[in-house]
Amino acid sequence: MSNITKVTSHISHNESLIFERSQPGRIGYRLPPLDVDEQPLNDIVPTELQREDDLIDLPEVSEVDVIRHFVRMSTWNYSIDLGMYPLGSCTMKYNSRLNEKVARIPGFGNLHPLTNQEDAQGALQVIYELQEHLAEITGLDGVSLQPAAGAHGEMTGVMIIRAFIDARDGEGASAKRRTMLIPDSAHGTNPASAHLSGFSVKTIRSTSEGFTDLDHLRELCGAGDVAGLMLTNPNTVGLFEKNIREICQIVHDAGGLVYMDGANMNALVGVARPGDMGVDVIHLNLHKTFSTPHGGGGPGCGPCCCTKELEPFLPVPRIVKSGNQYLLDFQKPQSIGRVKAFYGNYGMMLRALSYIQTHGNDGLREATEAAVLNARYIANGLVSDYDKPFDAPPMHEVVFTDKRQARKGAHTLDIAKRLIDYGFHPMTIYFPLIVSGAMLIEPTESVGHQELDQFIEAMRAIAREAAEDPELLLNAPHTTRIGRLDEAAAARKPVLRWKPKAKADAA
Amino acid sequence: MLKQIGLNSAADLFSSIPEELRLQRPLNTPAALSELELLNGFERMADANTSAKRTSFVGAGAYSHYIPTVVDHILSRSEFFTAYTPYQPEISQGTLQVIFEFQTLVCQLTGMEVANASMYDGSTALAEAVLMAERVTKRSKVIACGAVHPEYLEVVRTYVQHAGIDFEHVDFDNKTGRTASALDEVLDDKTAAIVVQSPNFFGCIEDVSALAEQAHAVGALLIVTVTEAASLALLKSPGACGADIVVAEGQSFGVPLSFGGPYVGLFATREKYARQMPGRLVGEAYDKQGRRGFVLTLATREQHIKREKATSNICTNEGLIALAATVYLETMGRRGLQEVGQQCAQKTAYAIKQISALSGFSLPFSAPRFNEFVISAPLVATELLSKLAIQHNIDGGLALSRYFKDRPNDILICVTETNTRAEIDSLAQGFNSLVNR
Repeated sequence: MSNITKVTSHISHNESLIFERSQPGRIGYRLPPLDVDEQPLNDIVPTELQREDDLIDLPEVSEVDVIRHFVRMSTWNYSIDLGMYPLGSCTMKYNSRLNEKVARIPGFGNLHPLTNQEDAQGALQVIYELQEHLAEITGLDGVSLQPAAGAHGEMTGVMIIRAFIDARDGEGASAKRRTMLIPDSAHGTNPASAHLSGFSVKTIRSTSEGFTDLDHLRELCGAGDVAGLMLTNPNTVGLFEKNIREICQIVHDAGGLVYMDGANMNALVGVARPGDMGVDVIHLNLHKTFSTPHGGGGPGCGPCCCTKELEPFLPVPRIVKSGNQYLLDFQKPQSIGRVKAFYGNYGMMLRALSYIQTHGNDGLREATEAAVLNARYIANGLVSDYDKPFDAPPMHEVVFTDKRQARKGAHTLDIAKRLIDYGFHPMTIYFPLIVSGAMLIEPTESVGHQELDQFIEAMRAIAREAAEDPELLLNAPHTTRIGRLDEAAAARKPVLRWKPKAKADAA
Repeated sequence: MLKQIGLNSAADLFSSIPEELRLQRPLNTPAALSELELLNGFERMADANTSAKRTSFVGAGAYSHYIPTVVDHILSRSEFFTAYTPYQPEISQGTLQVIFEFQTLVCQLTGMEVANASMYDGSTALAEAVLMAERVTKRSKVIACGAVHPEYLEVVRTYVQHAGIDFEHVDFDNKTGRTASALDEVLDDKTAAIVVQSPNFFGCIEDVSALAEQAHAVGALLIVTVTEAASLALLKSPGACGADIVVAEGQSFGVPLSFGGPYVGLFATREKYARQMPGRLVGEAYDKQGRRGFVLTLATREQHIKREKATSNICTNEGLIALAATVYLETMGRRGLQEVGQQCAQKTAYAIKQISALSGFSLPFSAPRFNEFVISAPLVATELLSKLAIQHNIDGGLALSRYFKDRPNDILICVTETNTRAEIDSLAQGFNSLVNR
């Protein structure tokens, strides 16, 4: 075993930036030779419009260089395929390979978005069928798949509320209705999306039990300026808002509409429908509930589903069916407009439809049951070692805090980093903001009994370490190729791109 | 497991949902399909997309380019595609370094100083650029000039409708196809930004440097939007022309057409505006042992910290597609990108020569072009293109009447390195046979 000299830098060492690997003259591609008579470039594009820098500093590498570069970097990532990825509110479930295959069928992959509708009937059928399924799952009839991610769907939903109220009340009266109510436990995207739609935000308190404070809601609704409420259900501490009917009633009575953030729909599919609860408009995250891959930060797809009453306000074009034909319908004068070029993140729609078809209606419900069961099992398994701030039984995710461990100096961040040493991706930390030292754990349905037990054991072991040897946590992780990075220094003097040595020195 | 947590049935898991809200019937969605059945179903639907098998000359914001085989292989590594946003840098260095390289490549190509980790697509990136120009200048008028992609304009209008921004549009010049001189009349010291697309929607290359001067003379920013990113390798970079914000659709960099998405928006600007940017940024950082790594940085701009005061509501972006673009750009490299640019320009020039020589066909615009051009046909474009598709199995371009009702005979044609001379000749012959029989 000894005396082995490695001839190349091993993957456990730093892989250079591609720019540092670049060698003049290397290429990794081959195109067919130009088969038309070449004209002087200056005759096609005047010199003053041409690029002058000869693309200096762009990489020059071989195909093998490229493959090794990316494969090495890939090994530094944790991923769902490696193990449990219990990020709360993120629903990191298994991404089926079948869905990937579907998305790569050439008849979809090679299809131009501006194809005449009669030549893209299959593609439109996929959109239409997925719309129908999502309408059934949410109990909301109007569906647009155009938004590209959750926050984009939120913006769409809130703009629909605004357009509806403007149309209902008339410009003068509606101008007095510019308040969006948002619980203090909400995702940060909610207030940001409300702001984009021209609303000012008022925050609703949560009760000590972790629910929306109805009295505070009533008080805020009394002001007469409420356009709507943005509510996550189950909420971000993993609890089903049991008063959802009453909440919707209060907002409706005050002349507002209810928007539901569907980030947590994995707790509800096949079990309960937002439309039946009184919700007016919702966004879904196909990259959460419907298993399309997160891709290291997208692409997502954030469909917006709404009541019949709000349907005229959805983005155009709508994809509709007339007889046996699937059509693009642009004739929606009340529409908020287009939120994205073309029709949305189509490749994600293919994967989501494949997910729904693979599971079937009973399978969708079973997935929900397993997701909730797994979270409940973790809640049960960790309550002896970690502070659980809310008593109510959690749905698909459960929140704990670092209250007990913090006494010895080990905080949520340290627990999360130590969990990496045990081979797990950490949970969501310090969210929701209303829970001090929050650890939000969402196992999803994609982990089995054995792995849940391993996770619980790891968390308990960390709790013991926190009591006996907190230093171990403070310096974690110990097993990764780099340790904790100095993020404060990185933000103070940001280096956001590579520069060639000489220029970097000069700058 | 149910017993271990003190429950008797799966239904008990949902006891916190009021009984009357629980769905008492199975979902009315299809029963489960096997892999074979499912694939057959999707293959049947794919077959109904008759256009996907034709030779195509359609561009207009989505382009057919050669995609090296390695791109999809790297994307298919589950370490990349099944990872989340890199919030835990110790176990996300792969994704983080890729984004750092992506940001660098976007800066190099656009000629700008900083770039973010991606936006949803070109159209939403443009909308975010308009919102950013308002933040930077504290002015509220934005003027889009010339032939900007009509769907991009629609998206911007949606985004700014409640932002107190006065979004105006100055039309193109009917002879050149470029920005009209009428711009002078609306440009004033209340203007936050001029928006120009180059090459523009008609394929015409704009005089970006002159527009930058005009914008800067009144203290406004110049936003340049690019739908055909392959042009960046050949044309003077927007940064070199004086742009303040550059946004682009990155689909040309190794991303399949896929009926319009997912694509990837590129967003770049000057260093002094970095803290006004939307979206995620990755920066260099070091651990205690001095080892280099990468982290998400300048997060105080973002929604999870600033909430309604954030620079944007964007969270999930297009990470995996940014990876595709990065693999593409590094595989093609300096010389490959130049060759793609050259071949596009040469083949397009050839196509222009062949088609404009046909009796009855003419070029309505005089400005120089990269890989798209408008041709005026002697017949109604939709009918001509439909016959061409049926009789010659060619999608000959986009009928401009889709967006411009007053241009019934105009066709926007795109030629890339994937189109052979034989295909271009077939296109010209097809047009000729349908018109000059």
